[in-house]
Amino acid sequence: MSPKRIVLHFSAETSDKPMIYRLVKDYDLVINIVKANVNPQKEGTMVLEVEGEKSAQGLDYLRRLGVTIEDLDREIVRNEEKCVMCGACTAICPTGALRLERPSMEVRFIGDLCVLCELCVKICPVRAMEVRL
Amino acid sequence: MGVEKTYAEINAKIKAGQAVVVTADELIAIVEEKGLSQATREVDVVTTGTFAPMCSSGAFLSLGHTAPRMKMQKVWLNGVPAYGGLAAVDVYLGATEVPEDDPLNSNYPGEFRYGGGHVIQDLVARKPIRIKAVGYGTDCYPRREIDTTLTIDSINEATLFNPRNAYQNYNCAVNLTERVIYTYMGMLKPQLGNAHYSTAGQLSPLLKDPYFQTIGIGTRIFLGGGIGYVAWHGTQHFPSIQTVDGDNLGPAGGTLAVIGDLKQMSPRWLVGTSYLGYGATISVGIGVPIPILNEEIARYAAVKDEELFAPIVDYGDAYPNLKPGNLGYVSYADLKSGQITVDGKQVITAPLSSLPRAREIAATLKDWILNGQFFLSEPVQALPSPTERRQSNFLHDR
Repeated sequence: MSPKRIVLHFSAETSDKPMIYRLVKDYDLVINIVKANVNPQKEGTMVLEVEGEKSAQGLDYLRRLGVTIEDLDREIVRNEEKCVMCGACTAICPTGALRLERPSMEVRFIGDLCVLCELCVKICPVRAMEVRL
Repeated sequence: MGVEKTYAEINAKIKAGQAVVVTADELIAIVEEKGLSQATREVDVVTTGTFAPMCSSGAFLSLGHTAPRMKMQKVWLNGVPAYGGLAAVDVYLGATEVPEDDPLNSNYPGEFRYGGGHVIQDLVARKPIRIKAVGYGTDCYPRREIDTTLTIDSINEATLFNPRNAYQNYNCAVNLTERVIYTYMGMLKPQLGNAHYSTAGQLSPLLKDPYFQTIGIGTRIFLGGGIGYVAWHGTQHFPSIQTVDGDNLGPAGGTLAVIGDLKQMSPRWLVGTSYLGYGATISVGIGVPIPILNEEIARYAAVKDEELFAPIVDYGDAYPNLKPGNLGYVSYADLKSGQITVDGKQVITAPLSSLPRAREIAATLKDWILNGQFFLSEPVQALPSPTERRQSNFLHDR
């Protein structure tokens, strides 16, 4: 069975819990951290590959901690034709996947940093950020 | 006595292919390198540019008569209502209008995916537009309804007329409340979570002519990718020079009403825009050429982001409730750096106005002039300047 790709969203209160340790030690899961954006006392996100017989139980443990889990079954892409490089997304994107290059002030999209929160999809004034399944 | 040039002299140089045309960014570098006097002698025209949402925009459309004739009372273009209270088949389509069945903010924050600005973009992209209209029928205009399609080329007139564009300066918007707010300045996170601004700074047209010495009624401009004109001062044109403790913080408050033939404009420069939780609008590209007639005009055109300031305004309480005052001023150099300090807190900044597009406009206008395709027009009348101290009125509950 191939590993399952998931996105975790956790609150400021849960960001300091040793979740990955528990998944490995208590649920015997093979974990690969694809992306992580974790800061003490701040909301965080993590993209994981999870493999193991007790993965369902492991994810239930995370949910009990208040972590929101989503399947990673889609990606965010930028429609280059539509983007006008205004920058309205750059202070909203929580991971810096959308950022202004200086001094050109062009908006750069770094897909590897995206954690699929989809805020940009909602707030882009010209609807240039799209969800691809 | 420094150099003095006239519009006619500059236009003769443009015609002869000898005019020196630079963007406002380039002028700053030239002044720094050669000094103001030399720059004034060398440079004939400075081009500016801005590309940002400008809500007070719209188009007059004259649709052509039907058979039998019809006095269109209510009109919808792709489902977006247009104002028909004009002659039989003339309408005005406003950029912020939305369909009557749009959920608006009932499912907060509303998306406002398609409005008048999007119809204008589709029109100028030469896409077919569905038109529905109803009328009450008269002896001279008997027809009562129509449901058909049109394109920008099938109608008689399509005139972009924007009552307020190219705001000289704009607030830097923040949110002091405890909740996320959705505004025309974008999504503002609680407790100074971000700061949004919407001006091209040192490239922006009206920041470069604070006393309206060159930009006036009849000034030929880049508008929506084509050629347009300054029609009048814009609505809410209350120009002033911001000062704090005697320090000049640059101009604010001026606006332009602009007009041009929509048929020669481009969907790249008139872009339907949606602000989550706020509404639909249109992003408009505008570029204004500034003739360097004398040293004073050159000096104003060469001001830098470091010398131009925006007031920081709380959109959580002060702005919606019309409370006076602000949280201080911040320079465009600081805003463009990505981080400012407000109330002792580091706040990340983001623009809503596209600087890459503004630069493209200034460069395009420069090319048009250098190629002899675009000549400068001398204003037939000046716009009100800060010295007139025009003041804003408010609508009171009585």
